Amino acid sequence: MGLTTPRTGGLLALALVIALLPLAFQNNYHYDVAIHIIINAAVVVGLNLLIGYAGQISLGHAAFFGLGAYTSAILTANHGWPPLAALGAGAAGVGLLAFLIGQPILRLKGHYLAMATLGFGIIISIVLNTESALTGGPDGMVVPAFTLLGWNLYGEKTWYWVFGGLLVLVTWLALNIIDSPVGRALRGVHGSEVAAQVSGMNTSHYKVLIFVVSAVIASIAGSLAAHYAGFITPGESGFFRSIELVTMVVLGGMASTFGAILGALILTLLPQLLAGFEDYEMMVFGAILMVTMIFMPKGLLPTLLRLRRARS
Amino acid sequence: MFSEFLQFMLTGVTLGTTYALVGLGFSIIFNASNVINFAQGEFIMLGGMTTVFLVGAGLPLPLAIVLAVIATGLVGMALEKFAVEPAGNAEVVTLIIITIGASLFLRGLAQILWGKGFFALEAFSGEDPINILGAIIVPQSLWVIGVSVVIMAVLWYFFSRTMLGRAILATSHNKVAAQLVGINTRFVLLMSFGLSAMLGAIAGIIIAPISLTSYDVGILLGLKGFAAAVLGGLGSGVGAIIGGLILGIAETMTAGYLSSDYKDAVPFIIMLLILFFLPRGLLGGRGTERV
Amino acid sequence: MSLLRIEGLSKVFGGIHAIKDLSFGIREGTIHSVIGPNGAGKTTLFNLITGVYTPTVGRILLEERDISGIAPFRLARLGVSRTFQNLQICQNMTALENVMMGRHLHLDSRFLPAMLRLPGIVRGDRACRDKAAELMAFVGLESYLDADADSMPYGALKRLEIARALAAEPRLLLLDEPAAGLNPRETAQIDQLIQKVASTGMTIMLVEHDMKLVMGISDHILVLDYGKKLAEGTADEIRNNPDVIAAYLGG
Repeated sequence: MGLTTPRTGGLLALALVIALLPLAFQNNYHYDVAIHIIINAAVVVGLNLLIGYAGQISLGHAAFFGLGAYTSAILTANHGWPPLAALGAGAAGVGLLAFLIGQPILRLKGHYLAMATLGFGIIISIVLNTESALTGGPDGMVVPAFTLLGWNLYGEKTWYWVFGGLLVLVTWLALNIIDSPVGRALRGVHGSEVAAQVSGMNTSHYKVLIFVVSAVIASIAGSLAAHYAGFITPGESGFFRSIELVTMVVLGGMASTFGAILGALILTLLPQLLAGFEDYEMMVFGAILMVTMIFMPKGLLPTLLRLRRARS
Repeated sequence: MFSEFLQFMLTGVTLGTTYALVGLGFSIIFNASNVINFAQGEFIMLGGMTTVFLVGAGLPLPLAIVLAVIATGLVGMALEKFAVEPAGNAEVVTLIIITIGASLFLRGLAQILWGKGFFALEAFSGEDPINILGAIIVPQSLWVIGVSVVIMAVLWYFFSRTMLGRAILATSHNKVAAQLVGINTRFVLLMSFGLSAMLGAIAGIIIAPISLTSYDVGILLGLKGFAAAVLGGLGSGVGAIIGGLILGIAETMTAGYLSSDYKDAVPFIIMLLILFFLPRGLLGGRGTERV
Repeated sequence: MSLLRIEGLSKVFGGIHAIKDLSFGIREGTIHSVIGPNGAGKTTLFNLITGVYTPTVGRILLEERDISGIAPFRLARLGVSRTFQNLQICQNMTALENVMMGRHLHLDSRFLPAMLRLPGIVRGDRACRDKAAELMAFVGLESYLDADADSMPYGALKRLEIARALAAEPRLLLLDEPAAGLNPRETAQIDQLIQKVASTGMTIMLVEHDMKLVMGISDHILVLDYGKKLAEGTADEIRNNPDVIAAYLGG
């Protein structure tokens, strides 16, 4: 494999955890929770490349997730497309959209960039809500099951392995990108865009590239999630969802792939643990965000690692 | 035909002045601290909801309004003191997340205190519609426009004639220079947040009788107010006002003549266009990059 | 043979000439310094050459190729590297990674091979790492091989930037006030380092305030005053030039 231990070790650990976790599951509900964690984790690993490594902001990423989901839903339900083709179409469409919108948006920086991605996300969410003839409107629409060559993907257990595999794959790809000239270019854009430019990096190109990559990952996750749930609503692409995703990246650790997975784990589990306290969920979320960002701006995992390093 | 157009214009101006007030709040805080306060929308919500709550507890409307505004102002200062100040010189992403967290926290708190329902605030001077050249508006609209104009005049006076107001402006232009001439920039920052919060609260209160208020109203209004500030030029007070009016009118015109479904998208589409083609806004606001 | 040639260069900002009708050439393999009082236009000149500004009038020629107003990232591809007066170091990376960044153009930077971690990428990165370590040793930073950039002292970072610039294997190295903010001992180290780099045959252009440093190492000196050429020549010629002495009190 590779040379650096943290990445191969981490990847192995991730694969092991995913493989062995079902031994602890007692019913389908547990599988369902795990699947939602994994879906979020996959999206967030991609988003982290954009936010944590390249230092850009995207407050509208749920839009890409939703677009992937709805493309799959509409093409399979209304036009009889094979699910895999619909997934591909969604990914390609989202990739193209991200490429086109990325050029002007990523010329912006800081707050302006944040607001532009926010505005974009909201517009997409409104469109999905409003075009009810196409999307079923606020009530959402039914999504057919995922069939591949006659084989029907059905049930929490089966989907668990599909999503588990997806997460391991996406994590592997992300780690590869980070540990390469492309990865250094991304971090260079974040660290000092000027320095990156004089080293010969076309920084605009890299920003758009990673924006597209993270959008496509979200789209694929969205498509699969739609088939799994059998149903989607515009809420999946809304503002709060986008914020949730960013929170996961930021909580777990910016510029830390495994930190992002950790963030997804914690924040997907949290509402489950607060069952019965749903009313408090928003407040708790907000409090976590504030406290984490004030006291651990680098995120949970990097901060913990640094503490461990300092002690040894 | 004309009366319909006038109707839309008046509704648009009513809406627009609300956006302008919110946008002003954004600009004040942005000027003082270079922070985009995502929680600005929640100040609007708190103003309206607190007033409803106090009136429901038996207080007369004017008193309820004053107390609600002050209370929200205090919340704003608390936000600065406990969330923004401790963050110090954090990165932009960090600051944005902090204020988003504050926004969620306040919204969650409101949800717990007052539930998810919608509440109506009594109109200040009755509900009998007024007929102006064929356009029908409610008296509350006049209150909205009137109060907003008064507020803007007060703000103009505040920033150009009072010590505190000028100190805030000085800090926004050059923090170090302001400190060197003895301005307590920490205090200025605190006051900026308090002032912005009160502005938001007032906006929330005057619009509440027209559009119901609930724990959730803050987000959309806040975001549109932000779009207004960006349209006019982040950091420019006059810009926020102009931006707000343009957005309000554009939104109602779209709702009236094109499609009422997409009216909420209008402010954001305009904002995106501005960010792409004229990022400094109509009146040329400040940049946010520090090289 | 002039590697870099400036012809009739002028830059106007709002009616004021920051640079006026400037012409000079830098011969290959020499150390060429640009000095002048504050406001003389040294930084503007630097920014014009590196594509940050576009000339109002005139041309900037790199080996007879017009590079006026070129995008900074393209300049690197033409073999020009630069450092920054107020340091542009990536604090989010290790010292070694900062230097590795400088080698970007010599690596396969395609996305798909990177994503799939093809053997070529892995090999390339390993070679890059070795070369970067070599360069860090060359500039005297062996002790910082495993360090994070954000834990290094200012003087070391200055040398790190030079290592990064050298990693690109440039034809022309532009140093923007390399001694700025350094104490006498650190300045002497930079002095030695610049001479060491020059001895490899590198062409170096230097903008600097520290007269002792400039006089000691330069093959050729250009003195600017109010955006115009005041004098040009060797250290001895400049030292004894009455115009220079008059304009540049205290030297």
